[in-house]
Amino acid sequence: VQTPFVATFTIFVLAIFIGYHVVWSVTPALHTPLMAVTNALSSIIVVGAVLQTVDIGGQAITLTSVLGAVSVFLASVNIFGGFAVTSRMLEMFKKKKK
Amino acid sequence: MNLIAQYADWIYLVAAVLFILTLKGLSSPTGAIAGNRYGMVGMALAVLVTLVIAPSPNFALIVLAMVAGAAVGLYRAKTVPMTQMPETVALMHSLVGLAAVLIALAAVHNGDQHHSTVQRVELFIGCFIGGITFTASVVAWGKLSAKLAAKPLKGGWVKPVQIGLALGMVGFGGHYFITESLTSFWVMTAFSVVLGYFLIAPIGGGDMPVVVSMLNSYSGWAAAGIGFTLNNSVLIIAGSLVGSSGAILSYIMCKAMNRSLMNVIFGGGMGGDEAAG
Repeated sequence: VQTPFVATFTIFVLAIFIGYHVVWSVTPALHTPLMAVTNALSSIIVVGAVLQTVDIGGQAITLTSVLGAVSVFLASVNIFGGFAVTSRMLEMFKKKKK
Repeated sequence: MNLIAQYADWIYLVAAVLFILTLKGLSSPTGAIAGNRYGMVGMALAVLVTLVIAPSPNFALIVLAMVAGAAVGLYRAKTVPMTQMPETVALMHSLVGLAAVLIALAAVHNGDQHHSTVQRVELFIGCFIGGITFTASVVAWGKLSAKLAAKPLKGGWVKPVQIGLALGMVGFGGHYFITESLTSFWVMTAFSVVLGYFLIAPIGGGDMPVVVSMLNSYSGWAAAGIGFTLNNSVLIIAGSLVGSSGAILSYIMCKAMNRSLMNVIFGGGMGGDEAAG
C-alpha cells in the first residue's frame, strides 16, 4: 500500500524540527562524538540497501542485487565503525574525569 | 517472523524514537554513553525489521556483505589513532554517500519496482546528494590527512566550473525524469560525483572540520531522499534527523571557531577570506 506523499512529507518536516532542536545545547567537548554518532545514524541507509539486495524474477545475481549488496557492505562498515568509534571517544572522556 | 512483519511500522517507530534519544543523549556528558547504546539498539531493530519485510531478499548476499562490513568497520574503529578521528569520520561519510548512489542506481535498474514521477524526483535528489557527499568527503579526508594539499583550489574559473557541473547534473536529471533514460541517470550521477570534488577543493584545510560536519548533514539528506523513494518511514526520519542536526552542529562549530558558515561553504569559490590551511 502506497502511503500518500503528504503523509511521508509531514513525517519528514517534523523530524527536521526535532533534529534542529535536540542538538542546540550540545557541550562543546561533545562536538566530535556527536558528529561521529550522527554519522553512524546516517548509515540507516542500510535499510535502503537491504531492500535492493533482492532476487528479481527468480534471479539472484542482477545489477540491482550486486549494487545492493555493495551498499549493504559500505553501510555496515559505517554502522559498526561509527558506533565503535563513538564509544571509544566517550570512553576517553570518562577516563579523563577520573 | 509474521508477527514482526505485521508490526513492522511500529518497530520502525520505536527505532526512530531511539534515534532521537541518541542525539539528545550525545549532547550532554551524562547521557552520552546511554545515547550511543540507544543508537545501536535502534539500528539493530531497523535492520531486523527490514530483513523480515523485504520482498524476496537475498539473505546470502546480505549476510555476507554485513559480516564483511562489520569486520572492516570494527577493525578500523579499534585501530585508528584518536588524533585521526576527524578524517576517519570524513571517510565514513563518503561511504554513506557512495551507498546512497549505489542504492539509487540499483533502484533505477530494478525491474520489479516502478517509479512514479514523485519517486523519480526523489531518486534523482537522493542520488546526486549522495554523489556530491561521496567525493566531497574523500577530498575532506584527503585534506585532513595531508594526502591532498590543504591549500584551497583558487582561480576565477572555479565558480563557472561549479555552476556548469550543477547545471549539467540538473539537466540530465531532468532528462531522466521525463524519459526515464537510464543513461541520463548515470551521466547525472557522474556530474554529481565530479561536482563534489569542485565544491570542497576550493575550501582551505583549516575549515575542514566544519566541512565534515556539513557533509554529515548531506549524507542524512541523501538517506532521507532514498527513504522517500522506497516509502520507508525510518529512513526518512533518521535521514532528516541527521540532516538537520548536522546542519545545526556545523553552525555551532562555526560559531565556536569564530567563522561564518556562509563563508566556509561559499567563501572558497569567491576567493574570500581563508583560514590558515
